Amino acid sequence: MPVSVLLILGMGAAVGFISGLFGIGGGFLMTPLLIFLGIPPAVAVATQSAQIVASSTTSVLSAIRRDALDHKLGAILVAGGLVGSALGVWFFAAARRAGQLDLVIVVSYVTLFTVVGSLMMKESIREFWHRRKGGALRLRRRAGEHAPYLGWPLRMRFYRSKLYVSVIPILALSLFIGFAGALLGIGGGFIVVPALLYIFRVPTNVVVGTSQFQIVCTTLVALILHAVTNQAVDMVLALLLIVGGVFGAQFGARMGRHLRAELFRFLLAILLLAVGLRFGLELVLEPTEPFSISVQEARQ
Amino acid sequence: MRAIGLLLWLLVAGLSPARAETLITSLSNHRVLINSNYTGTQIAVFGAIERDAQTVARATPYDVVVTVRGPRQFLTVREKERLGPIWINQDQQKFPLAPAYLNVLSSRPIDEITSEQLRARQKVGLSAIVNAPDFTLDRGGADEPFRAALFRLKAQDGLYLEDARGVTFLTPDIFRASIGLPATAPPGTYEVDVTLFADTVILARTQTHFELVKTGFEEQVGVIARDWSLAYGLATAAIAILCGWIASAIFRRD
Repeated sequence: MPVSVLLILGMGAAVGFISGLFGIGGGFLMTPLLIFLGIPPAVAVATQSAQIVASSTTSVLSAIRRDALDHKLGAILVAGGLVGSALGVWFFAAARRAGQLDLVIVVSYVTLFTVVGSLMMKESIREFWHRRKGGALRLRRRAGEHAPYLGWPLRMRFYRSKLYVSVIPILALSLFIGFAGALLGIGGGFIVVPALLYIFRVPTNVVVGTSQFQIVCTTLVALILHAVTNQAVDMVLALLLIVGGVFGAQFGARMGRHLRAELFRFLLAILLLAVGLRFGLELVLEPTEPFSISVQEARQ
Repeated sequence: MRAIGLLLWLLVAGLSPARAETLITSLSNHRVLINSNYTGTQIAVFGAIERDAQTVARATPYDVVVTVRGPRQFLTVREKERLGPIWINQDQQKFPLAPAYLNVLSSRPIDEITSEQLRARQKVGLSAIVNAPDFTLDRGGADEPFRAALFRLKAQDGLYLEDARGVTFLTPDIFRASIGLPATAPPGTYEVDVTLFADTVILARTQTHFELVKTGFEEQVGVIARDWSLAYGLATAAIAILCGWIASAIFRRD
């Protein structure tokens, strides 16, 4: 695939900058960009997972240094995530055989981005509104106030996160993230973090480290499974993305410390909606070339 | 069938009594190595036409068609159709033995060289090859748009080409042609068919081939990715973790 090395490096740096700025993995931006560039979706998704592994390793290491990691919660998340990853890779291969992989990826992106983007937009506008009116909006944990499914059987105590909840919803969440991650080439941080924060009420200081821990483990497995079952991992492309992304992320992180939280979330929501819209248009507009060729196998 | 063949032979023999041409062809290169700065290549075909002692010179000049077929691929062409508000892949057509690269070079436009029937039967020219009955499953007309789409998409990629002036005669009996291979032409064996025509009939035919071989780092990476996929995946994962660790060590802020 003849794609300019500098272009890939530049894109890696740009996406890395945004991911550092918002504290997210950036996979959800990079994979679509690679697809728009003309790299086959299969290769884009599989290769991007290598970049996610690299960037999450960096965040996990720094979380470990700050002791901002709940090992027990992380382990439960990983367990569910691994099963989800395996299912995702299997589904990926099945959709590819059926010739509908592109459709599956595009539809999933549109749904995911529109839903998450709108939720974030709503949240940030509300927060902004409350601040203008003077009343501070805070997440408070009151005794006896939580969703009923958190009290399902198999309850477990997570001391570091100050939680006593059923593992079933946690496993379900991680299963879904693992599945979506393997299928779409995203780490899923932008779903896990709000979910842990708002649904499970995990304290802010351990959320990012724990979710990054889960992302490293599941993406690592997804990467290897993609290499084995789909042979869609491109090592050279991965290296370029990693190098570009690492530097971009550092500059982004420095920049991010000067941004206000709700403005931050508002910008991220716009970004998500924009990418979702771009994919949606592709689905709805009449294609200029309705035909496409795919190579099933090369024969000598 | 045999009777028709015999009749044809008699007819041809009757038209050209004891006249025989032999075709001698040679390629400038039988093995092209693809390395990391490969941007495509050119391969020259040289040919000479020899008449034996009894054969008299022809009134009409010779025509030559050079057909280059790249390695075979199993291709699936899919068509997006509207389903409700969205466009999705629906109908498909499989081409089990489609050449990855196809180039037809001739000394004159092909339709001037020979008749349509002969072109279709002998698969001379791009459209004759793509529209041949054995190229894909005949579905009573439904396959037509897919053949056309394959042709169009491959032509857009510069992989299916036709050059009506691609063969030049240096003397009436000696010709040369230049096969241009873009960087996207895949590695493998390329068959080169040279057919000699005169007065709309085929006089002689030769077949030769050249190979496009990947070498160096990229080839090794490709082989490992295919044959050692687990090791390849583990290695990529190790590189990713290493890079993450290095980044964390370099940009450490605490």
